[in-house]
Order: sequence, then C-alpha cells, then structure tokens
Amino acid sequence: MKIWVPMDSAAKALGADDVARAIAREAAVRGLDVQIIRNGTRGMIWLEPLVEVDAGEGRIGYGAVTPADVPALLDGRLNSLGPVDMLDWMRRQTRLTFARCGVIDPLDLDDYQAHGGLAGLRRAIAMSQAEIVKEVFDSGLRGRGGAGFPTGIKWRTVSDAVADQKYIVCNADEGDSGTFADRMIMEGDPFTLIEGMAIAGLGVGATRGYVYLRSEYPDAIRVMEAAVVIARQRGMLGPDVLGSGRAFDMQIRTGAGAYVCGEETSLLNSLEGKRGTVRAKPPLPALEGFMGKPTVVNNVISLATVPVIFEKGAQHYADFGLGRSRGTVTLQIAGNVRHGGLFETAFGMTLGEVVNDIGGGTLSGHPVKAVQVGGPLGAYMPVSKFDTPMGYEEFDQKGGLIGHAGLVVFDDTADMLQMARFAMEFCAVESCGKCTPCRIGAVRGVETIDRIANGDPGAAALLTDLCETMKDGSLCALGGFTPYPVMSALTQFPDDFATHKEAAE
Amino acid sequence: MKDFIIPQFAPGDDRDMGTPARNGAPVSLTIDGFEVVVPEGTSVMRAAFEAGIEVPKLCASDNMEAFGSCRLCVVEIEGRRGTPASCTTPVTEGMIVHTQSAKVRKIRKGVMELYISDHPLDCLTCAANGDCELQDAAGQVGLRDVRYTPGDNHFDPSGTGARSQSEARLRGGVQANPQFTPKDESNPYFTYDPSKCIVCSRCVRACEEVQGTFALTIEGRGFDSRVSAGAGFDNFLSSDCVSCGACVQACPTATLQEKSVAELGTPTRSVITTCAYCGVGCSFKAEMNGDTLVRMVPYKHGKANRGHSCVKGRFAYGYASHKDRILNPMIRDTIDEPWREVSWDEALSFAANRMKNIQAKHGRRSVGVITSSRCTNEETYLVQKLTRAVFGNNNTDTCARVCHSPTGYGLGRTFGTSAGTQDFDSVEQTDVVLIIGANPTDGHPVFASRLKKRLREGAKLIVVDPRRTDIVRSAHVEAQYHLPLRPGTNVAVVSAMAHVIVTEGLMDEAYIRDRCDWDEFQHYAEFISDPRHAPEATEALTGVPAADLRAAARLFATGGNGAIYYGLGVTEHSQGSTTVMSIANLAMLTGNIGRPGVGVNPLRGQNNVQGACDMGSFPHELPGYRHVKLPDVRAIFEKAWGVEIDSEPGLRIPNMLDAAVEGTFKGLYCQGEDILQSDPDTHHVAAGLRAMECVIVHDLFLNETANYAHVFLPGSSFLEKDGTFTNAERRINRVRKVMQPRNGYEDWEVTQMLANAMGAGWHYTHPSQIMEEIAATTPSFAGVSYERLEELGSVQWPCNEAAPTGTPLMHVDGFMSGKGHFVITEYVATDERTGPRFPLLLTTGRILSQYNVGAQTRRTENTVWHDQDVLEIHPHDAEVRGINDGDWVRLASRAGETTLMVKLTDRVAPGVVYTTFHHPATQANVVTTDFSDWATNCPEYKVTAVQVSPSNGPSDWQERYNEQAERSRRILSAAE
Repeated sequence: MKIWVPMDSAAKALGADDVARAIAREAAVRGLDVQIIRNGTRGMIWLEPLVEVDAGEGRIGYGAVTPADVPALLDGRLNSLGPVDMLDWMRRQTRLTFARCGVIDPLDLDDYQAHGGLAGLRRAIAMSQAEIVKEVFDSGLRGRGGAGFPTGIKWRTVSDAVADQKYIVCNADEGDSGTFADRMIMEGDPFTLIEGMAIAGLGVGATRGYVYLRSEYPDAIRVMEAAVVIARQRGMLGPDVLGSGRAFDMQIRTGAGAYVCGEETSLLNSLEGKRGTVRAKPPLPALEGFMGKPTVVNNVISLATVPVIFEKGAQHYADFGLGRSRGTVTLQIAGNVRHGGLFETAFGMTLGEVVNDIGGGTLSGHPVKAVQVGGPLGAYMPVSKFDTPMGYEEFDQKGGLIGHAGLVVFDDTADMLQMARFAMEFCAVESCGKCTPCRIGAVRGVETIDRIANGDPGAAALLTDLCETMKDGSLCALGGFTPYPVMSALTQFPDDFATHKEAAE
Repeated sequence: MKDFIIPQFAPGDDRDMGTPARNGAPVSLTIDGFEVVVPEGTSVMRAAFEAGIEVPKLCASDNMEAFGSCRLCVVEIEGRRGTPASCTTPVTEGMIVHTQSAKVRKIRKGVMELYISDHPLDCLTCAANGDCELQDAAGQVGLRDVRYTPGDNHFDPSGTGARSQSEARLRGGVQANPQFTPKDESNPYFTYDPSKCIVCSRCVRACEEVQGTFALTIEGRGFDSRVSAGAGFDNFLSSDCVSCGACVQACPTATLQEKSVAELGTPTRSVITTCAYCGVGCSFKAEMNGDTLVRMVPYKHGKANRGHSCVKGRFAYGYASHKDRILNPMIRDTIDEPWREVSWDEALSFAANRMKNIQAKHGRRSVGVITSSRCTNEETYLVQKLTRAVFGNNNTDTCARVCHSPTGYGLGRTFGTSAGTQDFDSVEQTDVVLIIGANPTDGHPVFASRLKKRLREGAKLIVVDPRRTDIVRSAHVEAQYHLPLRPGTNVAVVSAMAHVIVTEGLMDEAYIRDRCDWDEFQHYAEFISDPRHAPEATEALTGVPAADLRAAARLFATGGNGAIYYGLGVTEHSQGSTTVMSIANLAMLTGNIGRPGVGVNPLRGQNNVQGACDMGSFPHELPGYRHVKLPDVRAIFEKAWGVEIDSEPGLRIPNMLDAAVEGTFKGLYCQGEDILQSDPDTHHVAAGLRAMECVIVHDLFLNETANYAHVFLPGSSFLEKDGTFTNAERRINRVRKVMQPRNGYEDWEVTQMLANAMGAGWHYTHPSQIMEEIAATTPSFAGVSYERLEELGSVQWPCNEAAPTGTPLMHVDGFMSGKGHFVITEYVATDERTGPRFPLLLTTGRILSQYNVGAQTRRTENTVWHDQDVLEIHPHDAEVRGINDGDWVRLASRAGETTLMVKLTDRVAPGVVYTTFHHPATQANVVTTDFSDWATNCPEYKVTAVQVSPSNGPSDWQERYNEQAERSRRILSAAE
C-alpha cells in the first residue's frame, strides 16, 4: 500500500508531519507494509493535510486528515473524497506547469522522468540555440513574475549578446502577499525548475545558473538544494548535461528578507553581495546583468513552464489562452475565500468565475467587497469588474494587473482606506531608498491618508498628486505600482474615504 | 614694480554636464527642437547640456556614472512609454526629446515637493546658501509650496513639527525626534550633517568611483537611508575616509560642507592655480572672499588631476596663515644669539656684506646656494643664476640630490632625457602596472586614485616593495604579485625579471631592433642571461620567491601595455642609478616606451622637483641639463647674463657640508629647504652648518636649518606669488598669486634684492620675464611663455618649434638620443649590512596626511591623523625584544640614535622596520648613514642597519637638540 502525505509547507503548517508520523507508527504497530511518500501539494489547501492512499485502485484522497483520523484511515473507515484526479477542482484545471506537483515524489528523478520529466531537455539538446529560443518565442510564454515580458525576446537578447560568460538567474524571491506558486513548485516538483533553467542555459549559451530563493522558504531551500545535488549526480547538471557535451550547473542562493530584492536589478545586486538597491535600466540585465554579464532573469513559474513547452511543443502551449496571454495562468487564490489554493488554467477565465465559482466565495459568508490581484502592488478589483477575463491586456484595460497571479479576497467588512494606508506603509517599509518618489513618497503617503482619515478636506487631492508622482517618477515597480492599490481603493470605494471625513466633521 | 592684476582665468566651460563624456561615433538627435550631435553612448542629459539646455538634476555629476535616483531629470521621448531619466538613457539616432513638457514639469515639481518635505527651511542661514544645488533645482522647477504637513523627518530635533532648525531651536527642549542625527564634526576640515542629506549617493559614488577608497555607504533602507562613514560605530574620522574631499565636492547641499565655508562664507571669486605639495601637480581653484582664502577646490579641467584632490592640496593650506610664520627679516651675529627683527634693507646688506667678506677672505668658491623644489621655476632659476652670475661659481644644488638625482642620471643614460616618459592620462590605457619602491596611495594620492580606477577596470598590478603598502591590497584592488624584497636588493630583483624575459624569449625583438642599439642589447642579453641573475639564484639574497618573480616577469612581458611607476624606494640607494637603468632596460626589452599606456614614470616627491632639476640647480648642469663644461652652452648664458661663468662644476650638498667642516666652504643661501631635517646623518649636517659663517635661510618658518642660520629672510607661500611649477609628467602649470605676500615680497623678488645688494643690477618686474629668459636660453623651453600657458592651461616640455603645444608622450618616434641604450646593471650589495649589533634593516617613507619634513602639514589640522612618527616592526621581531604595541623604543644605527613609539604590524617582513620622517621630534635621519648612490650621491635613506630596544623616553641627543632648537629660535622684537 502506498500512502502520500504532502511535505509542502502549507500542508506541514496544517499538521502533515504529525499525520505522516501517526501513519508510520500505526502501520508499524499493525505490521502493515505501507510505503509513505512525501509528495508536494495538489493545491487544495482547504483540504490539507490531503492524504492519498493507493491500495491498488488508484489514488484515493482523504482530507483534511488529523492524526486522530489515522486508525480509521488505515481501517478504511474514513470518509474518502474519492479519486483525487476526479475531484472537481482538479478536473477543471489545465495542469501543464503543475502537472507533476503533488503527484510525484519531488526528489525522485525516476518518478519525475516517468511523468514526462527530462523529455523537454532531451528535445532541447537536439536543437540549436536559435531553435530553442524560437520555441520559447513561439509558445507565447510571458514573464510570470508579473511584468509579462515575452520570455522569448528576453532569451533572444541574451542569446545574441557576445560575452565570455552568461548566466541564468531564477527569481525565487516570491514576496507578494497571497502568492505561493513558486514555493509550491519548488517544494513539489523541483526538477522541473532545474530542467527549465538547463534548457534556458542551452538556449542562450549560459553555463551557470543561480536560484535566488527567499530565506522565508526554508523547506523550498532544502528541497531545491537536495534536488540540485541529485541532478548533478545523475548528469542532469554539470559539464556534460545528459551527455550533450554542453555544460550547465547551478547554485541555490538565499536572500536576506528584502521584498525589493524580488525586483530583478536589486536581486542581481544582492546576488553579487551588494546592497539590494535597484539599478537604473538601461543597461538591461539581458546585456549587463549578474557580474555585468548577459543574464536571463526569469521567474520560477516562467522557467518551470519551459520543460512542458519543449515536451509537448510550443504550439500545444500556445493553443491555450486568450489574446496575447498564451498558455496557462497559475492562479493563487487566497484571503477571505472558501476554497483557497493553486488553480492552473488557461488564460481567459473571468475574475468573478475564479472568486465565486472556483474559490467558492468568501469563507466568512459575507459578500465579496474587493479582490486584490497581483500582490501588494496590485489594484483592488471591485465586484463590478468581475467580468474581467484573466489576461495581461484585459486587466490593464481595467486599471489592474495580473502580476504573479495571486488573488486576495476581501469581504464587505474590509476598510479600504486602511487597505490603501497599508499599501503605502508596505512601500515605506520595503523601499530600497534609492529613488526619492518611493523613499519619501511612501512615508508621506501614509501621513496623507491619515489626514484623510482625520477629515482633512485637501488631503485626497494631495494623495492623488503624490500617486501620480510615484507612478511616473519611481525608478522601479515598487514605488511605481504602489499607487495601484491606493488609487483603486480611493476611486472605487470613495465611501470608505468619505466616511472618515464625515465622521470627523 | 609692476602691480600685476590677478587674472580671472577664463577656463571655458566649467559646467557640470551631468554624466561623463563618451567617445563613440556621432549620433544626432533633437532636443526641444534643437538638433544636437554627440558621441554614441552619451546620455540624453549630457546631450541636452551640449545643446545648452539644462535639465534639472541632483544625483548626476559628470565625474561619475549615472545613477538615476533623484528622478528630477525625467524627460519625454517620442515613441517611448513613460518618462525615462535623461541621465541613464543613452542617445539614439533620430531620437526626439522633450525636456519641458507639462508632464515632466509636474513630476519634477512633485519630486521636489517630496525632497523639501524632508529638508529644513533654513536656507538663509545655511552654509551652502547660494552654493546649493537643491536650492537651485527647487527654483528651476518652480516649487512654490510644500503641502505635506510636518511628519516623519530627519531635520527637526525637537520633534514638534518645526519646518526649520531655527524654529526647532526656538521650540527648544528635548531631542524628541529619533530620526534626527546630530552633525558629525569629527573631521577637522568638513562636517557631515545628516539632517540636510537628500540621499543622492553622490558622496558614496565619489568615494568609490573617483577616490577608490570605499569608505562611505548608505546605511538603512527606505526613509531610513543615510550616508554612513565606515561601520555603524564609526564617525568620519575613525572610518577609512582619507579626507580627499571628493565627497564634499560632490555633495549638492550643505550635508558635507567645508568648515572654512561655514566660518568664512561663500567665496566670491576664484583663481586657478597649482598645488604646492607633491609632484602630481593638481590644479585647484583657490576660492576667495576678498583676499581671504575660503577653500581650495580641485579644478575639473586640471590635466594632472582631472578634478580630484587629496587631503593635503584640498585642505592643508592653513600653514600659510599659521602663527609660526615669520613675516619680518631677522639677523644675528652668531647662532647662539637670539634673532633680531630688522628692516629688509638691513637684513639684505648684512647678508650681502657677509657673503662678500667670505668670498674676499676664502675665495669665490667658498659660498653657494641650495635651490628649492618647493619654489617656482622662475625662483629656482634666479637662485642658481645668483651663484653662477653673482657669486661666480657653480655651487648650486637642490633637494633632488636627496631624492631623484638617480632618475636624471639613469634615464639620461638610457633614453637621453632626464624625465618620465608619459602623462598621467596614460594610465587609463595601461594593462599591467609595475610599481617599484613607490607608495602612491600615500605619496601621490591623486595619481593613485586614477591608477586604482584603471585597476578596477581590470588592469593587472605587480608591486615590488619591502612593505605591504595599501596599493597591494585595498578595497577592490589587489596586486597579482607582491614581491616583498629585502631592502637594498632592487637591482637583483629587476635584473632577475629581465633574466626571465630574455631567457624565456619574451622580449619584443622587433622593437629592440628598431628602437635600440642592437649591439648594446646583445651585450646586455649575454650579461643578463647568466644563471647568476636567475630568480632561483637571487632568491636567497632578495627574499623574493622565484616562482612569484618568474610569474610577475611573464605577466609584465606578455600582459599588454606595461607601465612602470617608481619612487624613492628605487633612487635612495647606493645603487639608485643602477636600478633606474635596469628599469629602463626592462621597459625597452618589452617594447614599453613610446605610446600611451606604457612608459617609465618616476613619481616625483615635490611639487617642483622636476622643474628644479630642469632649471639648472645641479652644480654641473646649466638649465636644460647641459653640462657647465661645454663652452657653447656657457656662451649662451654668458651672453644673456653679461658675466663669465665658471667652467668647473660646483659642490653637491654633501660636498658643501664636507668642505664646511674642513673650513673651505663658509656661506650658504638656502631657499625653501630644511637640510638639517631632510638630509641624512643629521650630526654631520649640523656640524657643517655650525662651521659656516653666513647661513641665509629663506623660508616661511624657522625650520631646523634656521637654528644654524645668521640671516632669516621670510618667504612667501604659493598663494602669494606668480610663477610656474613643473610636475612629474613634465607639465608646466601656472601658479597664480591669489593674495599679496604677507611677508611683503614674492620669493623671486627677495632673491633679486639679495643679488642686487651684491651689485647684480637685476630688474625683473614679473616672473613672466624670467620665463622669457629661460625660454630664450633653454631649447626644451623655447616655446614656453605665460601667454602660451594662459592659452593651453599647461604644457609639457619639450615645448618648442618642433612641439609648439608640448609633448605629452616622449620617445614616440624613437628615443630622444637616437637609439635606446641598454646598460649593464651588475648588482653590488650596499656596504650597509646587518650584523650582530644592528640586525634589522630600517627603511623610511611617507604617510598620506603629512608631507616630507612636515614644515607645512604639521602646521595644519592634518596632525589629527599623524601626530608623531612611529616605528613599524614585525610582531616576531618585537616579541624577541620584549616590545609591545605602543611601547617607546630606542632606534639606533652606527650613525646615531633616536626614540619613538612602536607599532606592531605584518606590513613589514621580519627583519625590516619602517618609519616616517615627518616630525623633527623624532629626527629619523639621525640614524640614517652617509652612504649614497655611486653616481649621484643620492643618500641611501632606504637601507640602514639598526637595532631596536625598549626605551623610557627621548634620547639624550633628542633632549639636547630640543634645548638648542628652543634657544636658537628666540626672537627679540624690533622694538627691543
């Protein structure tokens, strides 16, 4: 009998380790021949710890399991959820990037290959550098970190650059509130990221890669480090990648807790051992990146999606999606929501469908007031915009941004003035301090919102001017995008700002 | 006498263009409707400035790379999204830029409103009032109101919401604002006031990119970001800051502010002149309020320093107004008497009579002069003319005797000219730098900064020095090879490098065949190939590991443009001239002479040591290095001067002293040099001076030599005279009078008055006339005139018909002497040997904050960094002697002994000790010996066998000396 218990940190936070221990203990007492596999999460966080049992009839799910449930589980008395793959949540998804996450043992390279792993890398090895770049370009893949820049163009720039050394840097500094896709894939299917980086290396002529991984993800760091060792032992990394005669190797580097180091140029500074401050562009990192050399800086999900593109072909991937947003989006549904977790689907589903249909509405049962999409710098989308399809341009037209595709749901008890204040405060705390609009502007933003709260009639106009200065004047997206949540709150929920004013009067 | 009007030197374009110049292919673009063509790589900001359009900016400055943080310089570019910063955006062909659209004006105003919301409104009482870029930019963008209410800020100590610091003071009371940090006043010359900081990072970048010290950083992040010197517990003084002033220069506000400006107010006029410290010859703007010097600011178009400075030139000018300065002439009959202040007439006739009497009694060769490397070319020329034309002998020498005389000899023999081959700009094209016996970060700091910049760009570095100097390893600089040789083995080390190059076939044969005497080369090759020169054979002698030496030699021969820079660690040895020639051999062997990025570059110690040598200060040479024995050369000067010139070379300084002790040399006119402190074997110097009947000291201060003088003629500082200095790159720079001489006369006038008191009948009314005479008599100066200097800023000699704008690089189309000459350089060990009594080798050197004998720098606040000479000793040598760090020790050689404090460090190897010679209290030269260079008598300062032992305090000699000095400096005022 095989039993899967996730080792994903969300599952662990909900007691997965205790459950795994209880199963092992109980099985030993009963003398059962049980193989416990610690897998990644399937992404249904409200069901974690989600235990899967395969007694010969496929993987049957149980959740959320507590240690007290274990005897019943082994007795077969515990109510099952049925075959996990048949669950509504799973069936409605198009799992390309996350196809193996939660299915396989994350550190079992054979299991990985049995589920399609390394097919993409093998195909890439047979291709020329230009063909690899074209494949990515044709897939329509865009940067999943938030900016949505076409990955193929970035790779082509690095590929065309002439240098004695080039680098692949994976941005795993996943700091946006309400996002966890990077962590889940690194904990649940680390080899797909390694494979994606190796393909990137072959595609642009880079022989070294780094994963800049935030220190707040100790489990992901552990899994990634172990996976890199295995990959090197098995010849997936090293001087002769899978016998190709071409070299690619990589290291895991840990961040030091600065949100702004998720911005690619700060990340590069930090990776070089410098203060994590933003660099002015140009020069583009693609031409003068890590150590001044041409560097691909891609988000975890972008790179982890590369293997499936090569395994199934660019066209297969590009066939999914909407408009200029091709392929799948890995939605991370969080906040005040009934069904939170990771949901991978083709671009095009509307926001309302995601929140109400997939997410099941608020956990509190109150009506939804707003959804913040794209992390702490994303706009608050009111229910009136729930018809917006998930797509880069479609969100942009509605004054929002998809970002890293995290959604945080708020019910009608949320005070949007306080949320706007939080956005400014977040910017003030996380500002690197290099450019003035962000360094001073964020502090003044908090103060000005407090003036609004205290009924100052002129403060709202000042806040609007400030947001314009920050948006147009900031050096990077931290200061430049903080106005999105602030202004979306101010313009779409004017009552929350007026109430305070009237109360003061 | 003509009253010379101080020229308001019009230097052309002195604006800050925002970002550095580039030299790409031409790109044309349109800015605000004006077409402008600039080199590719130029920023939009600089292109706008070129078109005469000023874009507001705060974080950009044209001596550092663009940073893009202030966001004031945003522009709109047609076809591009958003509002890019013009400083970080390079131009592209056909680009159409708008610098004044409504959108960018609004952003600028919004950003400026944020700046001012965290800046005190104390403009009228601020030290930077009228000299503040924040103030200017606020005006430029039209900020009329700050709508933010007083909130979090760094400037209001009271924490009460005051908008200015004066208001905060009125509100008074407790320091209630935790974000307020008080002013750091630890540095003697400038203050750091965090409450006025706008976090533009210009100071941090200047420290990194311009100076290369990396002492500053930004601490904290976001709103908490503040400039920090060193680590958190440091202040500016305790940090790595070397007080070069680059950060103060870069600061757009009063955050980093000269204390002198705070005290004296903003300057109202400025005069461009040349620093009077080391041989780098930095150009400065002397910024004045009336006749008060407010500050010295490095001049951005200065060709030696390119806008940079060091702590000495930038700040250490206070000696010129120090209370110790002597402003009235003084005389006395004997050195045991106190000085009597007298009139100029009385002093000059006293001096003239004594000199005439001596000559009458002891012959015309019984008197002589010492010219100064600190004075101008024109003054030096007059002093040697005094002895040659008025005294009637060639008894002239100069302090180059004790520093770079071997350079003159060695480079003259091999290349045909007695000077360095390059300009300082050349270092920007160097691939491998070989430094021998020089400590540029201390001795030639502005050149060192330019060198370090090149090293950070990837040039390789080899250092040959017994001591691990800062250039061997400091922030972002590390030598590929440090060859820590035993003092005195330079020739063996350089020859071993040549041996490796020749025996491994790494020499540039085509170059040698083309440029050098091939027969001499073959002879040399045979000599140098002998196994006795192999690094393995000399390792035991030199202490340099053979493998390192071989690798360094290969790097130098094969690493691209190789440039050699050397200092007194080469010349001040018994084989100083031999080492100079072996260096020249090495450069010729590897084809590294005659183009940018290569060359042999002596780093000159004094501001005008090159000029003093050029001006005929040596007893055997008339101006232009022409031997006094040559009748046709003498004829030129005899015609110009209307006198007969003695055909016999005169006495060198050591010979003068020897002759004085013997009783045949009786009178000396010593201008601007302190031979008692600076020359070796102090006992012998004192004995020589004491034996003379008339010692005339012409100086700013009662220096140590003046203790033995009969006449003291007060000198004028470099701020008080017109003239020229010639730096280490042969660059003739103008020295301009920024104030009237406090002593009444410029030094050339004093020399002229002395000459006339002896009946000379000179009538120069301005130094330009002296330069005319130099040009008329000296071929390499034939094209030099004050008009030419005004026009070009400076020229490098030779400047004549063949090279009307001067000669930045020498030997470009072949050596000046025709062919380059390889010279056999056999290593001969110095007679100065260690033994049981004196088992350690002492070597001496300088430190950044002090200058030579310290007469100037000791009379400035620079003493805060170095208030006494200390002896560096390796911990092993200290331990076996029972010496601890900070102990008082006795340093003894066979010549004498002194006492000083000790510092334990592994910068020196075991067996080697090191000290500086800046303080008369130490008198390090009491222990140095009378050994000297075989060719030029340059003293062997760098090798003295010594013993170090624990001590309780000053030696008997030091106490006696201090007593004598004190007695000798008594002055009766004129009234008494």
